[in-house]
Amino acid sequence: MNGKTDEILLEVQDLKMYFPILRGLLRRRVGDIKAVDGVSFFVRRRETLGLVGESGCGKTTVGRCVLRLYQPTAGTIKFNGTDITKIPEGKLKPIRREIGAIFQDPFSSLNPRQTAGSIVADPLRVHNLASGRDLDERVAQLFRMVGLDPRMADRVPHEFSGGQRQRIGIARALASQPSFVICDEPISALDVSIQAQIINLLEELQEKLGLTYLFIAHDLAVVQHISNRIAVMYLGRIVEITSSDELYDNPLHPYTKALLSAVPVPDPKVEKTRRRIILKGEVPSPATPPPGCHFHPRCEIATGECTEHVPPLRDVGGGHYVACFKA
Amino acid sequence: MVPVLQVENLKTTFYTEYGVVKAVDGVSFYVDEGEIIGLVGESGCGKSVSVLSTMQLIQPPGRIEGGQVLFKGENILKYDPKGEEMSSIRGGKIAMIFQEPMTSLNPVLTISRQLTEALEIHLDMDRESARQRAIDLLKMVGVPEAERRIDDYPHQFSGGMRQRVMIAMAMSCNPAVIIADEPTTAVDVTTQAQLLELMVDLVTRNHTALIIVTHNLGVVARYVRRIYVMYAGRIVESGPSDEIFERPRHPYTVGLLGSVPRLGEKRGTRKLVPIGGMPPDLIHMPPTCAFLPRCQFKIKKCYEEPWPALRQVGENHFTACFVDIGDKL
Ligand SMILES: Nc1ncnc2c1ncn2[C@@H]1O[C@H](COP(=O)(O)OP(=O)(O)O)[C@@H](O)[C@H]1O
Ligand SMILES: Nc1ncnc2c1ncn2[C@@H]1O[C@H](COP(=O)(O)OP(=O)(O)O)[C@@H](O)[C@H]1O
Ligand SMILES: [Mg+2]
Ligand SMILES: [Mg+2]
Repeated sequence: MNGKTDEILLEVQDLKMYFPILRGLLRRRVGDIKAVDGVSFFVRRRETLGLVGESGCGKTTVGRCVLRLYQPTAGTIKFNGTDITKIPEGKLKPIRREIGAIFQDPFSSLNPRQTAGSIVADPLRVHNLASGRDLDERVAQLFRMVGLDPRMADRVPHEFSGGQRQRIGIARALASQPSFVICDEPISALDVSIQAQIINLLEELQEKLGLTYLFIAHDLAVVQHISNRIAVMYLGRIVEITSSDELYDNPLHPYTKALLSAVPVPDPKVEKTRRRIILKGEVPSPATPPPGCHFHPRCEIATGECTEHVPPLRDVGGGHYVACFKA
Repeated sequence: MVPVLQVENLKTTFYTEYGVVKAVDGVSFYVDEGEIIGLVGESGCGKSVSVLSTMQLIQPPGRIEGGQVLFKGENILKYDPKGEEMSSIRGGKIAMIFQEPMTSLNPVLTISRQLTEALEIHLDMDRESARQRAIDLLKMVGVPEAERRIDDYPHQFSGGMRQRVMIAMAMSCNPAVIIADEPTTAVDVTTQAQLLELMVDLVTRNHTALIIVTHNLGVVARYVRRIYVMYAGRIVESGPSDEIFERPRHPYTVGLLGSVPRLGEKRGTRKLVPIGGMPPDLIHMPPTCAFLPRCQFKIKKCYEEPWPALRQVGENHFTACFVDIGDKL
């Protein structure tokens, strides 16, 4: 898949991430969880690419590979033209400075006694970007940028509300002035009325700082709102990529159609006229995915070909890609 | 016609070590026979406590301190929570489906045992016919290989399948009312669609009333004809869904609708309008309207008067707000 190279910031090609299934006393490898099974996409500078799909389809794993928190099983991840899968662990620091990450709960992995100010200051210290008074000033600046009062810097995470905690998470992610930010379910833990605050903040920051986002979420309405383009994942693979508007107006993959139709729209007038596709069965396990197209056992239009061959993600024009023989 | 279930001025309070939490503070709602209604609001607003109180399932430090729950005209709050009458109501006449089926399914009993128990107690069936009925119920809710899977334990089912089992259990004794408390919050959206479609289909065919408790406005827009919106332990707006989505008359409802993205909306056509501030702390509630600090429509009166009672603003449409926001939108 090709976009114009000069404007592409991230390009992922045929990414695979298999987790071994180990059994018994000797922890023998008895199989693999194919969490990500041949994923390709690119993200243009200053755009937001949404990555949607239901839980377990591999979204987080894709994000963690790009952050090099995992060493992928196969594939390439080109960031600014450099394949970061080949960079040894010790030389990743400059890349990590360029790629920020925002998670569902920014504090789940942090020391609960660390103050908010120190949490935000961490990346500045790690990358030697500021020290002393300069560091304090920079942290205060980051607090203000995400809409927090810098005087709150001395507090510990549990003294903040969910929305405020996510603001701290965003400040931390942006501390090293990254150009690219991976947002993994950044609003899923928040109440509806607070979600909009964070979505707007992310949009404003993107505009102001010229950021590029990979926005991972299971909520298609949110993803559609924030993304320029959307990639839909199913069981470790991308089944469709196109612009946000096109995805809604003209979905081509049977799974995308079912997913769209499953999302209820908060408007009874709209709901009365929508067609509902109710999928049969459940998502198979990524340890034993079906052969061919992973979606074929649940697909209404699958034929023999779909059970044997993996449909490639093909260009149907206008930047719309779909992995389906029948679409 | 008397509503099949009518809750009147329900008050439930928790006496915690941090203070007194008025979790439900004068809540009233009703559901007619075979009707589907929605109870919506964000987390902590008192939805679960409302419906648990209805079934007298509140544990200390919580206490139901006032109100009535009329089931077919009879106040069931006067029954002993642990007594016979109440247990024949629970499961038999009013059934509940919870968000996380693992909390309501017994992990050490097979699905068969859990399904047949209710049938033996409430419908006085013998073992054999109860088991057959249980298998039929599992088939009805779409559990594949029901004859075999009925002897499995809850953990052997996926989240979606467990919720199907819960639906089977809820339907098993032909209750008059089913209360589903965030029944699909823990599952994915295509599973949510499967489960809701199934539930709505079953209650429609059996003429069972259904109360869907949810924070998801889309779910109510799709399935519910009448809505109650809760905020800080009270109903702030109620009415037909068409009305409420078209002409919300409470600032909180306006705020909720403005803050959620809508699938299919062209990108960049609408900026989300978040509700400023945060939900109130139920321990330190102001005497005035609890939404006041976050309200964009507030007037002087809001600071001077206690929390406004519900007033009628349309056909069967009520709002707990002094301001006529209808024409300000
Ligand atoms: N570290 C891991 N070890 C083993 N399996 C994993 C690991 N991380 C994720 N998985 C499995 O990989 C699949 C994809 O997971 P994930 O990327 O977290 O999905 P998503 O973010 O879309 O919910 C799931 O089946 C999950 O259980
Ligand atoms: N067992 C309990 N002890 C103390 N407070 C409780 C208890 N259960 C619920 N509450 C309080 O009651 C309020 C309403 O809770 P709940 O009905 O569960 O909200 P919802 O279902 O709308 O998310 C919350 O503020 C919660 O803190
Ligand atoms: Mg994830
Ligand atoms: Mg609840």
